[in-house]
Amino acid sequence: MSTAQALSVRGLAKRFGALVVAQEIDLDLAPGARVALIGPNGAGKTTFVNLLTGFLEPDGGRIELSGESLQGLRPEQRVRRGLVRTHQINQLLADNTARDNLAIAIAERDRHAWRLFRFGRQWGRCREEAQQRLEEMETAATADRRVLELPYGEQRLLEIAIALSLRPRVLLLDEPAAGVPSHETEVIHQALDRLPADIAILIIEHHMGVVFRFAREIVVLAQGRVLARGSPAAISADPRVRAVYLGKSPV
Amino acid sequence: MLSFGLTVLLDGVSYGMILFLISVGLTVTMGLMRVVNLAHGAFAMIGGYVAGYLTQRGWDFYFAILAAVAATAAIGAAAEKTIYRPLYRKGELAQVLLTIGFVFVATGAVSEVFGAFPYPVVFPAYLTRPIDIGFREYPAYRLFLIASGAVIAFLLWLVLDNSLYGARLRAAVDNPRMARAVGINVSLLFTSTFVIGCGLAGLGGALGAGILSLEPAYALKYVVLFLVVVIVGGEGSFEGSFAAAMALGIIDTLGKYFVAQAAPYLLYAAVFALLLWRPKGLVPPRSLA
Amino acid sequence: MRRAHVVAAIGHALPWAIAVVYFFAAPSDLDFGTQVMIWVLFAMSLDLALGYAGILTLGQAAFFGLGAYTAGLFAIHLSPEPLLGHLAAVGVTVLFATMTGAMILHTTGVTLLMLTLAIVSVLSQYANQATDLTGGDNGLQGIRLNPIFGVFEFNIFGKTAYFYALVVLFGWFVLAWRIVHSPFGRSLDGIRQNPHRMRAIGTPVWWRLLAIYTISAAMAGSAGALSAHATRFVGLSVLDLLTSGTVTVALILGGTRRLYGGFIGATIYLVVQDYSAKISPFLWEFVVGGLLIATVLLLQGGLLDLGPAVLRLRDRWQAGQRK
Repeated sequence: MSTAQALSVRGLAKRFGALVVAQEIDLDLAPGARVALIGPNGAGKTTFVNLLTGFLEPDGGRIELSGESLQGLRPEQRVRRGLVRTHQINQLLADNTARDNLAIAIAERDRHAWRLFRFGRQWGRCREEAQQRLEEMETAATADRRVLELPYGEQRLLEIAIALSLRPRVLLLDEPAAGVPSHETEVIHQALDRLPADIAILIIEHHMGVVFRFAREIVVLAQGRVLARGSPAAISADPRVRAVYLGKSPV
Repeated sequence: MLSFGLTVLLDGVSYGMILFLISVGLTVTMGLMRVVNLAHGAFAMIGGYVAGYLTQRGWDFYFAILAAVAATAAIGAAAEKTIYRPLYRKGELAQVLLTIGFVFVATGAVSEVFGAFPYPVVFPAYLTRPIDIGFREYPAYRLFLIASGAVIAFLLWLVLDNSLYGARLRAAVDNPRMARAVGINVSLLFTSTFVIGCGLAGLGGALGAGILSLEPAYALKYVVLFLVVVIVGGEGSFEGSFAAAMALGIIDTLGKYFVAQAAPYLLYAAVFALLLWRPKGLVPPRSLA
Repeated sequence: MRRAHVVAAIGHALPWAIAVVYFFAAPSDLDFGTQVMIWVLFAMSLDLALGYAGILTLGQAAFFGLGAYTAGLFAIHLSPEPLLGHLAAVGVTVLFATMTGAMILHTTGVTLLMLTLAIVSVLSQYANQATDLTGGDNGLQGIRLNPIFGVFEFNIFGKTAYFYALVVLFGWFVLAWRIVHSPFGRSLDGIRQNPHRMRAIGTPVWWRLLAIYTISAAMAGSAGALSAHATRFVGLSVLDLLTSGTVTVALILGGTRRLYGGFIGATIYLVVQDYSAKISPFLWEFVVGGLLIATVLLLQGGLLDLGPAVLRLRDRWQAGQRK
């Protein structure tokens, strides 16, 4: 497996009893990649992300991040190596402010968070960086409001901002615009456009408009297997893909 | 040797029957409503005290039991409306706290009304005598527990497996959202199941007063036992709680005979080890959700 | 803003001022004050684990009891030096907490609760059986202690015990305050709210929980040692499930995540218990249980929230008047 790849997956497999959720999945993400993972519901997309991030243990296969195996590493260790994800349903600290959510992540990244005794200056710097990142996301106006008071679209943006603040090498975005009312989605799409070019990004998405806007390569997952992969044009013309979505011919 | 083995078996099974009767309501409410109910022992206690009070005043044993079940069910209904309903959506911490509060209230109330000393249920004479079962004489009381426990367990199983109520209950345990979506009145189900569970607990507390003696500390003292039956058997699993209750009853009895000094804490140590090995209980919850 | 600062400063100084005043105002009742301080420390220890870190435990009495029995047995069998015994008690408790915490802290919810219940039950039953060691129902009686620093004697007037408890409580309080206001404390709050989120930002959740669980246990063990030293007696009730439940009730009554909640809750519990014990032995449970139910249903943050809750009501009423 080439070390030039940011993320390299070979033969990933997982089953729950008789239910096969992942089978012989191969995937490569080069630095700066923009890959979309699509597939019908239940195809195993979020499961795949859980397997990559270490929340699920695979039955077989290899996962390498910049050439180093992730085998046996716990989720928090993988985050430290640069594999970061966002969640389909927001996982934010609802009682804290937007800025605090970011600052906590930054403190964790810079390894302040284990300190038992207060170090005021470092926390101040974490807050400053958090404020800066909120400005980049253009949501600085609501920095002081508690997350549960924020509109859902801004919560989703915060979810992405937190992931970015961890300085990922590989970013896994699980349906970033999911649940966002249609008048707020454009802001999210613009944020996606502005993602740093050197990060390898895998985005799970249902909305084809986003997929075509964002992705340079598409991987289609169905019933736990890779059905097809290729450029957006090739995939949209692929009859097997159409069949899987529309069910017109036997798979 | 055989005689000894059979005695242990009978002792264990009769104890297990009581544990099952009391715990079956708890396993269903924990599996169905996902409420950690630390006060379940209090309902068993209340049933026992009511039966004790009435039998001490000369009431017919079976009427007293009936009254105890009814009283416990009524108190359960009242508690469900006031204390438990706000808990369905709140987290486990709130449930633990509120139900502990209820245990404290019940303990204090019972000691105020009935006193702090062990409170007997007066069983009919034919139950307190030993019966000749062939190889030895054995207390009729325990045989009565086994028989009545088996009958009730069978009836419950019939209801669960063969009635519409049972089907709805199982559906709601497996997948509450789906159950609501197909039109099952889940909140009515919650209330009725909770009340029935309390009634059964009261029955177990009343019938089992000869084994688990009634005193104000009852509610808190035995709650760990009932929780063990539920967790080991798997929340929401009728069969699991029956098996767990039997296992617990027999193991505890064996322990008392062989390792009398160590029995109580070895039991809890075993539970500890079991939970670490299988956090979801011996019978894991049915649905994947 | 200045007024808020002054109010806060007064609020912080208040409990300690009361403790000092009490010493002079009630010299014949110092035992009660010492008891209150012991239970405040006990409740505060639970606040760290349950209130701040969200560890669902009903087994805090295990540490209290271990601390008490260790201190008592140490004095009887090893050395009557109280401070050494206190250290030993904390040491044993820390060891026990580290071992058990390592085993149970990867679980959550009901499973974790059950495991903590199992632990305290094992200890409680064992203490019941091991009458040679623990004195069984009679407990460890008549523990003899050297004077602290060779000067301050333990006697029936209880002055030494009172100040001993006060100093220990203050020391732990300062430590706890620093911890909860540190980045570590903040990460614990995050873990309590959403452990999954914290793992997703690289937090080693299990290690953090183990750390706070151990610190919390050390505090509870220290409270137990104080109890053994102040009363020169250790009874089975220190390891009771009822004790675990009671300290939880006391903490919630006062309010979690304020550190001062334990002060209020412990005081209320002991005052109620003291008064109602004269009437009937279990009456306090009824009263305290009722208070707890009312608090959980009506007051989100416990009785410490009573002030702010009243202020909120007042604001709403005033806003209504203006319309």
